[in-house]
Amino acid sequence: MFAVLRDLIRYNIEFAVGLVLVGIIVLYACLSFFSPVDPTQIYLSIPDQPPSAQYWFGTNSRGQDMFWNLSFAFRNTLIFGLIVAAISRVISITVGLLSGYLGGWVDRVLMFINDIFVAVPSFPVLVLFYFVLRSGLNTYSLAAVMAVLGWAYDARLIRSVTLSLKHREFTLHARYSGMSTPKILLQEHLPYVMPIIFATAMANMIWSIGMEVTLAVLGFTNINIPTVGTTLYWANNHSAMVVGTWWWLVIPVVLIVITFIGLFLLAVSLNEYIDPRSRLRRMGA
Amino acid sequence: MTGYLSFVLKRVVQLIGVIAAGVSASFFITHLSPINPVDQAVDRITARSGFRPDAIAELRAALTELYGTDEPLLVQFASFWGRLLQGDLGPSLIAFPTPAMDLVMRALPWTACLLVVTVLITWVVGNLLGGLAGYYQNNRFLKAFGIVTMGLQPVPYYIVAFILLIIFGFLWPVLPISGGFAMNVRMGWSWEFAFSVLQHAILPATSLVLVGIGTWFLGMRALVSNVVTEDYVTYAELAGVRPGRIVRSYVLRNAMIPQLTGLAMSLGGIFSGTVITEEVFNYPGLGSLLIDAVNGGDYGLVLAVSSVSIAAVGVAILVVDLLYPVLDPRVKAE
Repeated sequence: MFAVLRDLIRYNIEFAVGLVLVGIIVLYACLSFFSPVDPTQIYLSIPDQPPSAQYWFGTNSRGQDMFWNLSFAFRNTLIFGLIVAAISRVISITVGLLSGYLGGWVDRVLMFINDIFVAVPSFPVLVLFYFVLRSGLNTYSLAAVMAVLGWAYDARLIRSVTLSLKHREFTLHARYSGMSTPKILLQEHLPYVMPIIFATAMANMIWSIGMEVTLAVLGFTNINIPTVGTTLYWANNHSAMVVGTWWWLVIPVVLIVITFIGLFLLAVSLNEYIDPRSRLRRMGA
Repeated sequence: MTGYLSFVLKRVVQLIGVIAAGVSASFFITHLSPINPVDQAVDRITARSGFRPDAIAELRAALTELYGTDEPLLVQFASFWGRLLQGDLGPSLIAFPTPAMDLVMRALPWTACLLVVTVLITWVVGNLLGGLAGYYQNNRFLKAFGIVTMGLQPVPYYIVAFILLIIFGFLWPVLPISGGFAMNVRMGWSWEFAFSVLQHAILPATSLVLVGIGTWFLGMRALVSNVVTEDYVTYAELAGVRPGRIVRSYVLRNAMIPQLTGLAMSLGGIFSGTVITEEVFNYPGLGSLLIDAVNGGDYGLVLAVSSVSIAAVGVAILVVDLLYPVLDPRVKAE
């Protein structure tokens, strides 16, 4: 595991850059544990201060220190992305492995359901959930809904890998020595699928965080929880660009773009790692 | 030809399944929630000014009759489908008494045009450049393009649209940032109107293209750089086939097939992106309508917009799927 990580950093510049970018954001989010201020309180400091030695990221029109406020925002946003990724990975692994290995009518039924989830546009459905739940739509309920919407594409990918594993000799070997189906799937096939799970988890986080930002900016989530999206919502609400408090918009946007690029580079380089042909080319073999 | 026919039939059945499931899901999401649309609408209307109690009771009775919320859920479900198939989902609240379906049908062409034009541009240009980048791996321009798209691709639609809005709205105001056409232009078949529409479409379309192009470019580059290592490409090179012909007929065409499947699978996501971009630029499409409906608490309109979007995306996926045999002759043979 560590050898893989070392090789990735050494031979894959994209992985190294991605790791640094995500690392910076994670560290910044972790700073919120040592924050001297409560992010839910407003008018604690002088409003509309530009970035300075005292207020590194300035203060917003609600009198909040943006440095600490944003570190809370990034913590919540990252946790949200991780929850969605974790739940949706469980669903896509289960569906993908079962569908690929069992085949037959199980496969057909699961893939029919899968097709529906792939085809239905997620944004209108999420808006529907906001429409009926209103402020009941908090971080966790939104994460659950998004996980249910976001597993389908990856389940199909896992299924295609399992399909090819199914006819390999070690699978037959395991089956003929009396290994049970759940055991074959978990102990024999899951390790092969693991790199795909990591790569798709990054892509899934990009998707879910992007959706959360979008919904929050429109005011379609609980706007009192500090996330990157709600930060932008409040900035728009106070017309930050017109008033001239540009740091309120520019700093969160720059940081979230760094997060996305970092996650994306990690996903891309892991994808390349999965494909041995491109890995060899990169190592100059 | 029978192979193609059964392929089409299978896809149509699938499409009907997708639409039925999606629309039913949106019905149940809205109707199984504990929130009563009648109460919500009454609260919203009475919050603005004082009403006599008997007027409120009448309002409540009228809305209950309109939404049919006093009937059992399954009866409501059946009548919802019946009305949907007739294309009548009752009047809207935000633009009473215009029927909700009329509003949706007025917004649909805007979204459809924006979506079709940007998807065509992104898919064709992205795949072409990606294919060339995979084949000519040392080209500097294509390398630089790859790095730029890698930076743009993961950024969500909203953020890119928002950045363009800031640049062209505040820093360098040369392009219209809001609406579908200028206020002083009359809607109709005139050059003036067409020009205004085009001008207003530049920013939304650009932001959609900027985000979308990376997926196809990077995917195609990866595909092609694998295809060029195949034996048949080496054989063609050794046999003295011209490079242009190898790229066009052997490499791109083979790599295009998974990209077309990819397009069909990502249309739902692209639609979501279009909807979001519309809201940023206040474009008069389904996205702005949906958000207005939610903000206005318009129960029927929200349901109408989401049902029509699900159906529209389903049909679009079918169209892409039916193009499949054009690229891949093996489907016909099956």
